[in-house]
Amino acid sequence: MTAGGNPAGGGKPEEARRIASILAGNVEEFHELIRPYERSVYVMALALLKVEADAEEVAQEALLKAFRNLKSFRAEARFGTWLISIALNEARSRLRRGTGVKLESLDEPEEAPGHISPALLRDWREIPSEALERLEVRAALQQAIAALPPIYKEVFLLREAQEMDIRETAEALGISAAAVKVRLHRARLMLQATLAPQLRRLNPGRRRFPWS
Amino acid sequence: MVIDCKHVWDHISGYLDGELSAEERAIVQKHLEHCEICSAILDSTRNILILTADERVFELPLDYSARLHARLDEEIRRLRA
Ligand SMILES: [Zn+2]
Repeated sequence: MTAGGNPAGGGKPEEARRIASILAGNVEEFHELIRPYERSVYVMALALLKVEADAEEVAQEALLKAFRNLKSFRAEARFGTWLISIALNEARSRLRRGTGVKLESLDEPEEAPGHISPALLRDWREIPSEALERLEVRAALQQAIAALPPIYKEVFLLREAQEMDIRETAEALGISAAAVKVRLHRARLMLQATLAPQLRRLNPGRRRFPWS
Repeated sequence: MVIDCKHVWDHISGYLDGELSAEERAIVQKHLEHCEICSAILDSTRNILILTADERVFELPLDYSARLHARLDEEIRRLRA
């Protein structure tokens, strides 16, 4: 967190004012309140549900639920993490209601013992962000993330794609900061193991600047 | 102190997040200076994290936001009715 950011706990001051205003009756301000989080809520729902249409429905349900239950939002929490936890609960309960999706993957054992071995390479040629213009590069990343066990995927996405810090991630998931760190470490190494060899194949070494 | 590669792997995440103690950090850094395998693991992991943080990886469905706010409008209307 940068200087000038929020003190420990609590949300952003403008957000707190807006929430108070909505609770006082200016309900249309909820539109603006959720704008910064629309994307995160969708991405987290998609991470669990895997089907875009389901993820969109769950994202809508979660945000409407947040609207209806805004008075139960506790000011010492962050609004963003509160929304994410509602979305994850919605997504999980949809999985439980079961459209054939088995649940054991959600309740898998805590950290499996043993080390995760990364992919061993002699050198690494930097892959620039412009490579994401290529469908096969995006697809490789999406599939590798999707294939992570849920407990790792959730932590990974909150931390890396939503850029939450360790404490916010722990708060959104209702787990300890220590558990976040362990899962994050494992998720990162699992992704390195899967993706490094794939991305290297997609990153032709002959030309110096393949995407320029 | 000489450490092996596996020890460095256990610290990659902490190293990337700047969460190691000064002592651990120095040990890892020293190893990285002469181990090309661990250097490549670190570089590739860091590279993958930068790529996955990019918004292009997960695209929102077309008009997602418009549909969402339309539903919210409905809800608000219902509330006032
Ligand atoms: Zn090494």
